[in-house]
Amino acid sequence: MSDHAWTRVTPCDNIPPREGRAVSLAGREIAVFNLGDRFLAVDNRCPHKAGPLADGIVTGVSVVCPLHTWKISLIDGRVERPSSLDELGVTTYPTRVEDGVVLIGVPSAGPGGDNQVDKLQDCRVGGLLLQERGLDPPCSDAGGCVSSSERVHRA
Amino acid sequence: MKRLVVVGNGMAGMACVEQILTYAPQFQLTVFGDETHLNYNRVMLSSVLAGEKAADDIVIHNHEWYRANNIDLHVGVRIVDVNARAKTVTGDDGRVTPYDTLLIATGSSAWLPPIDGLDKNGVFAFRTLDDTRELMRRSGPDTRAVVIGGGLLGLEAARGLQVQGCQVTVVHLMATLMERQLDRDGGQHLVKKMEQLGVKVLLGRSTKAIRGKNHVERVEFADGEAIDANLVVVAAGIRPNVDLGRKAGVAVKRGIVVNDYMETSDPDIFAVGECVEHRGICYGLVAPLFEQGKVLAATMTGHRGPMYAGTVQAAKLKIMGVDVFSAGDWGDSAADQIRYEDSSRGIYKKVAVRDGKLAGVILVGDTSDSHRYMDWLRTGTELGDQRGHVLFPPPSADAGLDVAEMADSATVCGCVGVTKAAIIAAIHDRGVNTLSQLKECTRASTGCGSCTALCQDLLRAVAPDFEDEKKKVMCACVPFGEDRLREILRSQKLRSVQEVLEIYGNGIGCEVCKPALSYMLDMLWCGDHDEDRSARFINDRVHANIQKDGTFSVVPRIRGGVTSPDELRRIADVADKYRVPMVKITGSQRIDLLGIKKADLPKIWADLGMPSGQAYTKGVRMVKTCVGTEFCRFGTQDSTAAGIEMERRFEQLYTPHKVKMASVGCPRNCAEATVKDIGLIGVEGGWQVVVGGAAGKSVRKADLLTTVETTEKALEAAELFFQYYRENANYLERTYDFVERLGIEKVRKETVYAPEPARDGLLDRLRKSKARAKDAWQEGRTPRHPTQFAEITPLERVPV
Repeated sequence: MSDHAWTRVTPCDNIPPREGRAVSLAGREIAVFNLGDRFLAVDNRCPHKAGPLADGIVTGVSVVCPLHTWKISLIDGRVERPSSLDELGVTTYPTRVEDGVVLIGVPSAGPGGDNQVDKLQDCRVGGLLLQERGLDPPCSDAGGCVSSSERVHRA
Repeated sequence: MKRLVVVGNGMAGMACVEQILTYAPQFQLTVFGDETHLNYNRVMLSSVLAGEKAADDIVIHNHEWYRANNIDLHVGVRIVDVNARAKTVTGDDGRVTPYDTLLIATGSSAWLPPIDGLDKNGVFAFRTLDDTRELMRRSGPDTRAVVIGGGLLGLEAARGLQVQGCQVTVVHLMATLMERQLDRDGGQHLVKKMEQLGVKVLLGRSTKAIRGKNHVERVEFADGEAIDANLVVVAAGIRPNVDLGRKAGVAVKRGIVVNDYMETSDPDIFAVGECVEHRGICYGLVAPLFEQGKVLAATMTGHRGPMYAGTVQAAKLKIMGVDVFSAGDWGDSAADQIRYEDSSRGIYKKVAVRDGKLAGVILVGDTSDSHRYMDWLRTGTELGDQRGHVLFPPPSADAGLDVAEMADSATVCGCVGVTKAAIIAAIHDRGVNTLSQLKECTRASTGCGSCTALCQDLLRAVAPDFEDEKKKVMCACVPFGEDRLREILRSQKLRSVQEVLEIYGNGIGCEVCKPALSYMLDMLWCGDHDEDRSARFINDRVHANIQKDGTFSVVPRIRGGVTSPDELRRIADVADKYRVPMVKITGSQRIDLLGIKKADLPKIWADLGMPSGQAYTKGVRMVKTCVGTEFCRFGTQDSTAAGIEMERRFEQLYTPHKVKMASVGCPRNCAEATVKDIGLIGVEGGWQVVVGGAAGKSVRKADLLTTVETTEKALEAAELFFQYYRENANYLERTYDFVERLGIEKVRKETVYAPEPARDGLLDRLRKSKARAKDAWQEGRTPRHPTQFAEITPLERVPV
């Protein structure tokens, strides 16, 4: 982990159990989650339509995006639902706790960081992949999105 | 007719009588029971103690059944003597009754270990309905209960007492819980599960004495330690009730000895159930007594032939959320042991295979597969190719396949002894389509109930007009129908989502079940629950509607669509000050401010000085109104005032799905009341109240609930429907689906035409909820959490 720059982010108490919070760090927006026994951090942008993952419902070690219920693993950043798109994902960041404060490690400049996005397709590529597979046409308005997420709920 | 006297009005005696009644009548029946109750399902006492069932629910035979079968029933009479030569029995009331044939079905009693002080006040067994009622009466938060015995019964008693509010400790003599059913590892998993439920477990402790003046004060162990207690339940085992057998002079060892035809040593005296000993075994479970009853009925009615060869011992722990199953000889040292263990999910399976056949099995944490093992054990199936699938069944293409693969002769209900063929025959020949019809017709699933799911699967696969009486499971995380879940939450007094998930679910939950459970808890406890925001959708965490770009929209409450210049000015000022990208008049006669940053929400709410319009939640949206008699020349009622009042009465409450309402002053319907969830339609001389309308994804004209003369009565009808919907709809079920599912007749009958106590109940609970409800936007001033609305700023700055 020597190639990470660690930043003291916030007291643990600032993130309630099973919730996430957004934090701007080194030019990135990161979502950090309190899983009770540990903190996990990922990019705060769903690979689908950039939904704020920090606002999602945590289920086990995954988070469900509040916009269209995509499910993202907080362990490796992979898309878990839709499972057909599991080559997509978000960047994950290492975390640790010191003196009741959460620290997040952000890769230092230069190549070679153990950054998940190297292995997974990021959301820009993901958008193309979605279109290629004829999945989920872009939303025209927010109202449509909400009802599509409700359909998922009701199913 | 011969006189048949049955001593014992319990499950074994009456199961046998039921079988006797299937033959040509030849007995005049008299039944004595020392309990004062009708025959009830003793296996279900733990469900009564755990609040899952009421005492009435477990009655097996009601008065009507005894009457219809000409049975002369004497309850509350204990038979204390038998004279086999004179052929009479004597009751504790002194009455002597002659018999030609005697059936002893006296069951068993609690075995009392040698402990000092068992006579203290506050020491109980757990064998009868009266025991159960007494335990419930003495339970409460100040009760420290100690259960002596960590077997099936002891654990079920412990869980029940804990549900009743007691602090419970189980004390077990052996090093392993349920050691007759579980090995050490299985026992350890079970300990973990019991402790997760909040029941303390002490293993390897021998109880020496129960101390206290008159009443129990503490329990002392042989090692000198002691714990405080004011309630003690002794569940250390059972002992067959054989006194009458001895007095009758029949052969008695541990139990009354019977042969394979269920005959005792006296040709006119028979015995069945837990009081008998067959091939050296005294059974303490429910399945054997049904099998014995069948054989005995044949023998007694002159059809001697069928033989009882003993029962494969199987036990299932009946504690919701703690699945334990054990059958056969799993400890066979000559058998191959096949094991599976998943510690974090608490699943443990051990399968013993000997000579290519299943010898025994232990399942902890997942017993969904138990019928498969029972079937192998009963039939002695050669496992062959299936050996590769002994821990988990091969994946099947659909749910029906599993039952399709079962042999016709396979037993589905082990308690009553009903085969798959018998169930299929009932479906085809008797027109059975539902589980309750199946129970009625075959008695399947009326014993321990563990085959219910299998019966359902069979019905689903075979019955032409299958009706699932239970509603679909809400979510795989908490596998219960919503009606059942509401029942569980209420009876188990659960108040937090996490608690429900841990006890009745997978411990994790998801975005489907968490918000649903949050709603249910809020509704059931009228707002007096443990609110857990992590279980809510983001809209309900920050009280605003998330938009496609992660910003939020803000809709203040404008009751009835009536606003003022002052309010409009404040809205305009807010829009300027925060550079709100869009200000929009909504379809709900309100104003929407779109594109707001989360962190600005509290400031905007403060500047607006208006309450939340709840446009973001499954809750009360708005009442759209027309100007009614205030200004309109056609108006017949003051629809504006009525609408505003209705909005005031319902606002701030959560509902299964959003609720949109309208109030119009005449049938011209300018505010579209006929396509709203609740609509008030003013007519000459009164109001029509309509419900279940929709103009969204689907369009549906609302049904007329009632027509009333006064505004107050119209509002009350709306209140009744509103609360009825809150209590009975599934989560995310709009009123138009709800009303259509139930039918407006049923809705009417249970709301406006319901008996007064039911109506008062609905109104009372609505008012309770309302009294606790608050304007959600008050959290702008007093947040539930310091970072509820804030973006986190790092404690140190990092160079980009």
